[in-house]
Amino acid sequence: MSIMPILLFKTTLLFYLVATLAYLAGIITRRPGAATAGRWLMRGGFVVHCATLATRYLVIGQTPVTNLHESLSFFAWCVVGIFLLFDLRYPLSVLGAFLSPLALLLMLIGSAAPMEPQQLNPILDSWWFPVHVTLAFLGNAVFAVAFIAGVMYLLQERMLKSKKFSGLFFRLPSLDTLDSINYRCLTLGFPLMTMGIVSGAVWANSALGSYWRWDPKETWALITWFLYAALLHGRLAIGWRGRKAALLAIIGFLCLLFTFIGVNLLLSGFHSYEAFTGR
Amino acid sequence: MNIIAVGLNHKSAPVEIREQVAFVPGALAGPLEQLTLLPDVLEGMILSTCNRVELYATGHDAAAAIIRVKAFIADFHRVPAATLAPHLYEYHGEAAIRHLFRVAASLDSMVIGEPQILGQLKDAYACAQDCGSTGIILTRLLHRAFSVAKRVRTETDIASQAVSISYSAVELARKIFGSLLDRSVLIIGAGEMCELAARHLVNQKVASVTVANRTFERARQLADQFRGHAIPFGDIPEQLHQADIVLASTGACEHLLTRATVEQAIRRRKNRPMFFIDIAVPRNIDPAVNDIDNVYLYDIDDLQSVITANLKERRKAAEKAEGIIDQEIGRFQNWLAGLEIAPTIAALRNRLEDIRLGELDKTLAQLKHLGPKERAAIDSLTSAIVKKVLHQPITVLKKSQTDIAGEQYLETVRRLFDLEPPPEGEKHGNKEMT
Repeated sequence: MSIMPILLFKTTLLFYLVATLAYLAGIITRRPGAATAGRWLMRGGFVVHCATLATRYLVIGQTPVTNLHESLSFFAWCVVGIFLLFDLRYPLSVLGAFLSPLALLLMLIGSAAPMEPQQLNPILDSWWFPVHVTLAFLGNAVFAVAFIAGVMYLLQERMLKSKKFSGLFFRLPSLDTLDSINYRCLTLGFPLMTMGIVSGAVWANSALGSYWRWDPKETWALITWFLYAALLHGRLAIGWRGRKAALLAIIGFLCLLFTFIGVNLLLSGFHSYEAFTGR
Repeated sequence: MNIIAVGLNHKSAPVEIREQVAFVPGALAGPLEQLTLLPDVLEGMILSTCNRVELYATGHDAAAAIIRVKAFIADFHRVPAATLAPHLYEYHGEAAIRHLFRVAASLDSMVIGEPQILGQLKDAYACAQDCGSTGIILTRLLHRAFSVAKRVRTETDIASQAVSISYSAVELARKIFGSLLDRSVLIIGAGEMCELAARHLVNQKVASVTVANRTFERARQLADQFRGHAIPFGDIPEQLHQADIVLASTGACEHLLTRATVEQAIRRRKNRPMFFIDIAVPRNIDPAVNDIDNVYLYDIDDLQSVITANLKERRKAAEKAEGIIDQEIGRFQNWLAGLEIAPTIAALRNRLEDIRLGELDKTLAQLKHLGPKERAAIDSLTSAIVKKVLHQPITVLKKSQTDIAGEQYLETVRRLFDLEPPPEGEKHGNKEMT
């Protein structure tokens, strides 16, 4: 039974790999069938991914985010889930062509990381744990989509401004579409991120007695939060749209990546996995 | 059975020659009838547009049919054959099929990917069908050509980008704004170029059109055409912020819109993007305007470079289209070959069955003393002999369907056994095969 999660993980990875290839083929050859295949492969992969996480949870008996492998898998799951949601509203094969490799990359890195689950420090065990992690990861995934949309926006805008058109010009959606994806991501992701931070604080209080400990992850999460808050305010009040919004979405996501991965790898503190496991 | 194509187009003949052999669109019945009455010609279709005049036909002898059709064109239009000779091209067999498919897919057009040729071809086919000048081969061929054209249009980018100034302006607007449904357009100037570009924009169902011109009356005229409204020329800086798309084409010698004016407008719009199309020479809008964030300014050279980029894409798509056409030609030829075999084999079997029954009757009539069992035995004996005799030849015929020998065999079988040509050949009961 314990090899089941690993097997399902690898199957999921395979799905995402073929989906990525399908999407890229669709972009290059412009055959509509390829993008459709990519979409269904992503959906299929997502289902298998749900099973992966479910079985992992059953096997290790706790929320499957105890090490880098599990976290990346869970994050990839969030990214794919959010992508599929956006795909319903904005069925752009270009979006798939950018996000499926991202999901694939996360899974590949995750497969390289050691898979041994770590034991959660018992004082942290409460149902706030999965809530906090899910909210944070979902928020991150939404901002990942905003990041991709931002990159595409800048590429498209560069071509429209410079009047030098590469083949990509014909495949990217309109600036308006990309900007509205940016906006929706902001309005969806910011509350998620806020609730993620708040739930983290509540959990910390219930487990450790204080809401905030200023450990590197909390600090950087707060910095990122302020960045996105500024972007949201700018969009709504001042008219920071188009180019500025795209740039900030990119910077915000890089900040987010640092918060998520960089802190764990570079700095030590409460959120690092060692601390989690109480070793 | 051979398919031939004879004609001239914008590449092979100047308009002075093309106009001499153009067929009147509504009056194709007469020429079609004459065409199919020609000896050596079985089915026929005429395609006559401003850029090409082509005749498609089928016949048993391609060379003879081509000669007949060429003579027909010259005679019908009373143009000396020598005048036309250097401009006419001719195709037969696979080349004719390929040519038709390429024409249908707009690969042979002046502007690759243009949509009109398919409609024109469909009309030409409908006409020929009504006049009864098409049989199963041209029918199938034309239907195949239509679906090839559709495949090319959906599977390649051949038709997806604009190759005219006004269309490319619309295409750019769509790249910026997505749908143009809620957008507002400001037109500065009122000349012909303005009108054309404006028409294309309005065709996209924009929400509002505003026109400004130094002469208010001209502005009003143009505005009425598009059900918009006119504003005084001096109001432009004030109203600028309300427009998503601005089209400028006046004869002014200095810049009508400066960077400062546009910056103000974009601020008032809270950075909602603006698209400026400046098709005037000298330019009406300060080029520095393009440096403003969320503002996109295109002059006439810029639009031209969009068209060039689009044409490049179309040429790439054209290569892909040729691949699709290769596939389809193969499929069609298989069908064509198959067509020959079935009636031939059927005719062969019928011929031998006729002979068998004839002899059987004769013999059985003389052997009156035979009982029913013996009669049945002789019947099945003769049947078996015929079947076994035919088995090998028919197998060989079927096997050699797709190579050149196959057609030879079919021809040989027909001659050796004096078989009727396939049904569509009965148009003029032409049994004489050269």
